[in-house]
Amino acid sequence: MKSLAELQKIKARMQDRVVLREGSGDIRVVVGMATCGIAAGARPVLNEFVKDVSEEGLSDKVTVSQTGCIGICQYEPVVEIFQADKEKVTYVKMTAEKAKEVVEQHLKGGKVVEQYTIGAYQS
Amino acid sequence: MKELSLNILDITENSTKAGATLTSILIDEEENTLRLTIEDNGSGMSEEILRGVTDPFYTTRTTRKVGMGLPLLKLAAEQTGGFMKVESVSKDVDPVHHGTKVEALFYQDSIDFTPLGDVVSTVCTLIQGHPDTDFYFRHRILNQQKDVLVELDTRQIREVLDGVPLNEYEVIKWIEEYVNEQYSGPQDTE
Repeated sequence: MKSLAELQKIKARMQDRVVLREGSGDIRVVVGMATCGIAAGARPVLNEFVKDVSEEGLSDKVTVSQTGCIGICQYEPVVEIFQADKEKVTYVKMTAEKAKEVVEQHLKGGKVVEQYTIGAYQS
Repeated sequence: MKELSLNILDITENSTKAGATLTSILIDEEENTLRLTIEDNGSGMSEEILRGVTDPFYTTRTTRKVGMGLPLLKLAAEQTGGFMKVESVSKDVDPVHHGTKVEALFYQDSIDFTPLGDVVSTVCTLIQGHPDTDFYFRHRILNQQKDVLVELDTRQIREVLDGVPLNEYEVIKWIEEYVNEQYSGPQDTE
């Protein structure tokens, strides 16, 4: 059974690491979590990013956060990736499987997954 | 919405946007009913806004003109024969005791009842996105087989963590397992 004592141990383990990490994340993954996003399936997409970023050891440079409606509801679930000195990348109609690929190729490999971007859908 | 838990996520996001420092999500299942209560201490709404809040063509957002969160929950409740009501006290009216309470009743034996779905995922998603906001989650199921009581209070977790953010993945994972174990009962892994 999970206990608060176990949480204590996690705390002790995390405390040093968290201090090191502060301010170092230079890639921001933002998932739209308004009514439109949630209804279209944003929850599993967000959870996949959170899981994969941690499990792939990317937590030091990638932060995953949530935002409201950005006005392109027909393309939800929408994920935006911001990186210093680079143009914003907007992924549309995302799924957990696509999120996995984006983590692997874009966040880890530095290569934008073109076929999932809004540009691929609009052209 | 495919699951009520997604409506819960959606409505609770409104609470955090209204600046709530504490939002309670209470689910009570008894015989054939499910009662959902989401209560926050956010900025509340004026009477005028409150009147229009279940109208799909009313929203305060500026990126898009249609707000669908509460109308969707109302529809989900009413289509089972239940109801939804919203009470709110604006901080302009009462600077101390302000906030919003959304209450919805569902009849689970209705063919149009939307299943609750993965409410644990909803709770974890809320904590991930709003690590500095507190949530109290309580799910009570009373039926003939057994009574289930599942509870999570982030204030308690925050105290233990002593500065470690609640949205650290290991913490979120612990929370997920901690809540899931309460549903399934103690598992002997030794």
